[in-house]
Formats: sequence, structure tokens, C-alpha cells
Amino acid sequence: MNRIDATFDKLRAAGRAALIPYITAGDPSLAATVPLMRALTSAGADVIELGVPFSDPMADGPVVQRASERALANGVGLDDVLTIVAAFRELDAITPIVLMGYANPIEAMGTTAFADRAQHAGVDGVIVVDYPPEEAGEFAQLLEGRQIAPIFLVAPTTPEARIIAIGRMARGYVYYVSLKGVTGAGHLDVADVVARLAGIRRHVALPVGVGFGIRDAVSAQAIAAHADAIVIGSRIIQEIESGPPAQAPERAAAWLATIRTAIDQIARKAA
Amino acid sequence: MQMNDLPDSRGHFGPYGGVFVAETLIAALDELREQYARYQHDPAFVAEFESELKHYVGRPSPIYHAQRWSEKLGGAQIYLKREDLNHTGAHKINNCIGQALLAKRLGKPRVIAETGAGQHGVAAATVAARFGMQCVVYMGSEDIKRQAQNVFRMKLLGAEVVPVESGSKTLKDALNEAMRDWVTNVENTFYIIGTVAGPHPYPMMVRDFQSVIGRECLQQMPEMIGRQPDVIIACVGGGSNAMGIFYPYLSHESVKLIGVEAAGEGIATGRHAASLTAGRPGVLHGNRTYLLQDKNGQIIETHSVSAGLDYPGVGPEHAWLKDNGRAQYVSITDDEALTAFGDCCRIEGIIPALESAHALAYATRIAPQLPASTVLLVNLSGRGDKDMNTVAERTGLKFHCRPECDPARR
Repeated sequence: MNRIDATFDKLRAAGRAALIPYITAGDPSLAATVPLMRALTSAGADVIELGVPFSDPMADGPVVQRASERALANGVGLDDVLTIVAAFRELDAITPIVLMGYANPIEAMGTTAFADRAQHAGVDGVIVVDYPPEEAGEFAQLLEGRQIAPIFLVAPTTPEARIIAIGRMARGYVYYVSLKGVTGAGHLDVADVVARLAGIRRHVALPVGVGFGIRDAVSAQAIAAHADAIVIGSRIIQEIESGPPAQAPERAAAWLATIRTAIDQIARKAA
Repeated sequence: MQMNDLPDSRGHFGPYGGVFVAETLIAALDELREQYARYQHDPAFVAEFESELKHYVGRPSPIYHAQRWSEKLGGAQIYLKREDLNHTGAHKINNCIGQALLAKRLGKPRVIAETGAGQHGVAAATVAARFGMQCVVYMGSEDIKRQAQNVFRMKLLGAEVVPVESGSKTLKDALNEAMRDWVTNVENTFYIIGTVAGPHPYPMMVRDFQSVIGRECLQQMPEMIGRQPDVIIACVGGGSNAMGIFYPYLSHESVKLIGVEAAGEGIATGRHAASLTAGRPGVLHGNRTYLLQDKNGQIIETHSVSAGLDYPGVGPEHAWLKDNGRAQYVSITDDEALTAFGDCCRIEGIIPALESAHALAYATRIAPQLPASTVLLVNLSGRGDKDMNTVAERTGLKFHCRPECDPARR
């Protein structure tokens, strides 16, 4: 069984929501990334979304863009990201790793070569932000053939017919982007998210993660009461960049631990 | 399949084009695609577009026989399609009028645009003023420094110019930032993309609006010389002026189509912007096309003396035309373009845009080898007023004298 499915089965049995931090591989440095991932799992991360740096991260807000720029300045590319995953896998055989990035670095490597190497490194899921389902058919098959979950986004503006199509194609979980706009933006409307989650679940049997806009214990609790997973990116990267790089794992882990504690205190209303 | 039937319903030109965007943008692009399909052939929309082009832009733009220059080169005859005479000084306005009329019908009171040199930004700011819309233009902070005059023009026209500090702080980053704005404000905002790139339907829609250039030529050339030209030459950055003049000629297979990219300081130096000549296919800004990228698939910084050609991608239809051989793509260096720029000023009394000077340079390169019966039609896509500072800096203000007015040579 794919590590993502196993993780969500275990969490469902325990009545808990998954906590999924996002960091960009290579930020603050190549050497710090595996320690950072380990620190996040110690602090309660159930899945890690690992960003692949890209020169033109069109769907990301300023915080994730800065992380991408720092990683690129450190010379980190997709090759290195796969090496990081393999190194992490040697230390942790359980925590699922989901790569998140843009199409071009993957196409530059070659989609088949990427899928082979990702499987070999121990990648469990892949989100390609600029591969909507219409353009992702062959790629999703390449991943599935290697037990890697193709994970897709659902937006507040996604109509019902597309949700059905996405539900058919997605594996692992679907990622509901709870805000219009880019990563790290604005204000979260919890009532709206709850209504949207119900709409998605009518057509999608997979767990539904919610991201974009979760910034503190209060918003994390509010969403975790309803979603199967909460994804937190920009706020963790702000912890990483807020002090000396050497202590970045400690800072990020300390902050994430407060979120873990908060979401474990609530009674979940999710099915 | 007819060459000009493309793109398919999902925006593909062979393996290129498509819709490579985040899910957050899909609904907006679907709406745009549906609305464009609805209005594209709507008689009232077409009539309003044509009326604006005639009375506001000043179309049709004439074709001019560059007789003196052709004689000096001693070969093929060079004709110029005078897009430089349009209101705002370039072909960019054709597309902005079309998209602004669409924005009006979609009930969007706010338009946004990206700009490199500032020509598209000025055109967008102009139509926003003309139709009473709010306008925000994203521009790389590096470009803002290089193009102070256009920044001033946009502000004068009532637009807000937002400096973009991310990435290389140039056109590609301005496009990223405009996309981010659009995702966030899609209910009230129309994104006017300035070239034949981006996700479907933009490459098709911008091409359609710009095709007025080629359609006029199809009519004007027989009136002038009794036949169509042998070769059409246009510069290619994103490629909108080239698609505009090429598209109506795609089915006229005896007419050779040549796109001219910016070779900057030379292809071998790596400091250029020639995506079709030296790039390889990839995905950027919503479409698959030829890109200048490193081995890791990161987009690399480009260079050209002309800011309008300084873009690491190219419209997907050009990628398709290159692969199937219908069009040929070549490149011209900064120095060659500057020489053609100066010659055009002194010999024809026309100050061309540095972008267009690349097309002129290629025409002057091949003209001497061709018989006088051969007709080259060059798209003079814009005027060079905006380039005064760049040219002055590059030449150290050593403007040449015409031979006729140089006392030593009289």
C-alpha cells in the first residue's frame, strides 16, 4: 500500500486530521533540508510536501517565491530534490513525501525518467501545479504505474463537473485550495470552506486536504475540525527565514508543534 | 487539416500551446474562452472593433515602398507595413482594443497588463482611458529603470504601474505577477495579455485581433504591385506582430514567412533571446513552447538591446510553424539591429522601433542577394521614439550625418 493511503487509514482510525507542512527543498540550504524534514515529523507532521524550486512560480505568493529563490541561489534543482528524498527515506520509512512544483523542471528531466527516479527515491505523491487534469493524463498514468499518487488541486471556482473528473484521476488525496489567489494570501472563510468540502466529498472518495490561508492555531483548529488534512506552507517558511539558517529546523518544528497540539485538542466533525 | 484551423478546442498547436495553469485560473480561462467564442463572430462586436481600429487607431496602416534603401542595397525591393503609424506607435494597440471591448462585454471594470518595454503597457493604459476602466500595469523594476519615459506615459494615461521585484525583475516576472493578480481578483478583472503566448485562448485570441495586419496586406499588396509579396519578414519576441502578419498568409504557400529573433550579443555568447533558434520545448506561462532554460529546466535570463524581444519563451503557434516548416526563424544581433535602425532613419526618414529593426536588418541582409523582381514585405511593427535613450547610450551619441549633408563629402 502507498504510504499516503496507509497514513490516512491510520489517522482515520484514530479520528485525527493529518498535519501537512510544506517547505521548499534547498531552503535555507541543501544540507539543512533533511534535518528540517526530520524536525517537522518529530513535531507531528504526518505527510511532508516538499517544494521543487522553480524560477517562475506563478501560483505562489511572495513567501514561497522567496523560498524558491533562496533554493535556486543554493543551486538546488530537481536532481537534488530526489537525492534529498532518498536520504530522508533511509532515516524514515513511514512518512509520506509529496513533491510539489511546476511542470518545466520535470519535463526537462523527462517525465518517464522523473517517474522512475521518484519511485526509486521513495516519493509517494506528486502535485504539478501547472498540470491541470486535461494536460496530465499521460503523466498521471506514469506515476500510477509506479505506485506514486498524482495529486490534484480543487479551487473555490472549480465547477462540479470538474470535481468529478478530478476525483476520477486523483490518488492519495485532493488538495482544496481554500482561497482565491496565491499561496500565503489573505483571509480564510471557514463557513465557506465547510460548504465546499461537502460539495467535494459528494464526488471524491479520497481524503481532502485544505491549504492556502492557514496561519495559526485558531485557523488550523477551525479547518481541521472538517478537513482530512491541513496544509501549511507560507507560515512555516516565515519561521525558517525569520532567524539564523542553522536554527531553522528548531524554529519550524517548535511552531508546528503548537499547531499539532491545537488540532489534537478538538473533536472532529469530519466523517 | 488546414494550417490555419489551429488551435484545437483545448488550445493545442500540434504539441504546443494548451492550458498549463493552476486550477485556480481554470474557471477564468473557461469563461474567457466561452465569451470569446460568443463574440468573435458577433456582428456588433466585429463592427465596433473595426470602427475603433479605423477612427481611434487610424487603420488601415499604409504599406510604403522603401525605394531609396532598396536601390542602395541593389537587390530585392523592400516594402514596409507601417504599424509604426498606429496610435500609440505600435501594433500592440490592435490587440488591446479587442480585449478591452471583450472586457466591457464581460462587465469587468478593471484591466491589468504585463509589460516589458512598456509598449503593451502604454497600449493597455490607453484603451483603459478610452473605455473608462481602471488599469494596473505590472512591470519589472529593471525595465522601469530602462524605460522611464513609457512609465511616465502610462501614469499620464491614468494607469497604476506596479514595480515587480521578484526573479529577474523583467517581463517574465511581470507576467507571473499579473497572473497572481488575476487569480486573486478574477471577478472584476480582465487580464490583457500583450502577446500570442499564455494559456489558451490567449495565443489564438491575440493572433485573431492582430490578424488585421495581414488581412490588410493581402488587399494592399495586389493594389500596389499587382501581386502578393515573395517573402514576409517580422521580428519575434512573444511573436504577436509576426503572427498578425503571418496568419492570413499561412494558406498562401508561395509566400515565404520569416521570423527574426534577437541574437543579442550573439547566440554563442548565451546572451540573447532567441528561444526558437536556441531553446528547447518546455512549459511556461500557461503553454508548451520553445524556452530558453538551463539543464534543470529553470528559465534563464535573456538579453536583447530591444526590451520588447527580451523574453525567454515564444508564442506556441510559432513553435508549431517552426517544426512543420511553414515559417523559418532566424536571428539578428544587437549590432546588426542598430545598424539597420540607423540606416532606416537616415535613408528613409523613418525611426523604427529596435524590435522592428531586427526584421529590417534581416531584410537588408538578404536583399542584395536577390533579384530586383523579388518583393520583401517587412512588418515595421513600431516606431522608435521610445528607444532614443537606449540608442544614445549604445552609440555614445555619435549620430551619423547623411552623406548629402556632410560638408566633407559634398
